[in-house]
Amino acid sequence: MTYAVGQRVRVSARSHEGHHRTPGYVKGQAGTISRVHAAYPNPETRAYGATGLPEQQLYLIALASDTKNHVYVDVFGHWLEEAK
Amino acid sequence: MTGHDHDHDHEPITNGGEPLAAARVRALAGVLVEKGVLTREDLRRRMDWLVSRSPSDGARLVARAWVDPEFKQRLLADAREAALELDLDPGPSPVVVALENTEDVHHMVVCTLCSCYPKALLGPPPDWYKSLPYRSRAVSDPRGVLREFGVELGDDVDVRVVDSTADIRYLVIPCRPAGSEAMPEGELAPLVTRDSMIGVGQPVVASGPSPGR
Repeated sequence: MTYAVGQRVRVSARSHEGHHRTPGYVKGQAGTISRVHAAYPNPETRAYGATGLPEQQLYLIALASDTKNHVYVDVFGHWLEEAK
Repeated sequence: MTGHDHDHDHEPITNGGEPLAAARVRALAGVLVEKGVLTREDLRRRMDWLVSRSPSDGARLVARAWVDPEFKQRLLADAREAALELDLDPGPSPVVVALENTEDVHHMVVCTLCSCYPKALLGPPPDWYKSLPYRSRAVSDPRGVLREFGVELGDDVDVRVVDSTADIRYLVIPCRPAGSEAMPEGELAPLVTRDSMIGVGQPVVASGPSPGR
């Protein structure tokens, strides 16, 4: 599953044992794809001596906000779900 | 204790105990060297490189972007290439993304998970950048944090906090300050502070003589 700029997504709320780069505060949050970065080795396996392959697509997500304060956060594609 | 003989009582003055983190790093480095993963020379070179980096490199990029709109577009498109164009060392980080502040949009950068930072272009991150209060409050109360740094933004300005959780490093291009319109690039660069490139400060044109001149 890949996503395009402007597409609405939700960050998975799943828990994950061990090292991962999805901060707790974004889990379960809705947002919009703001930038499509490159793909990078997966830190969840690389942290334990593996290669991190296959690489995972990295996105910059604009979290939904109804104020003039906005949080943008880099999230790997395998943490994202389609949102209606 | 020798050489300490006077008429008041206090604990010996020392550098304090070694912090736990320092002991861990020393032990880890020892194991990595012992196993041949890296050498003491690798460590020394890496540390020398890190402390040789400085925000003046990032400031040169920003000053050039202020005077040259086409360069600014290249900086926004690919900060690494733009750094190489100015003979700057963009370092081993794969990708630096530049974020442009405008009258309507203000970016500030945080790494809520640790301390990700564009070290090649800004040098080592300040201690507060790595602190839990900054890392947590930047995303929960950005305007409050900005006020504490002396940055007052209008209610109509969009504040965009960018959390660099993965492989990208972010560098803010602050707004060119009022009063700098006639200044050449070489005089603009010293206005571009480290904090302004993190997004918690704004460049200002000093009214008096600047320090160090």
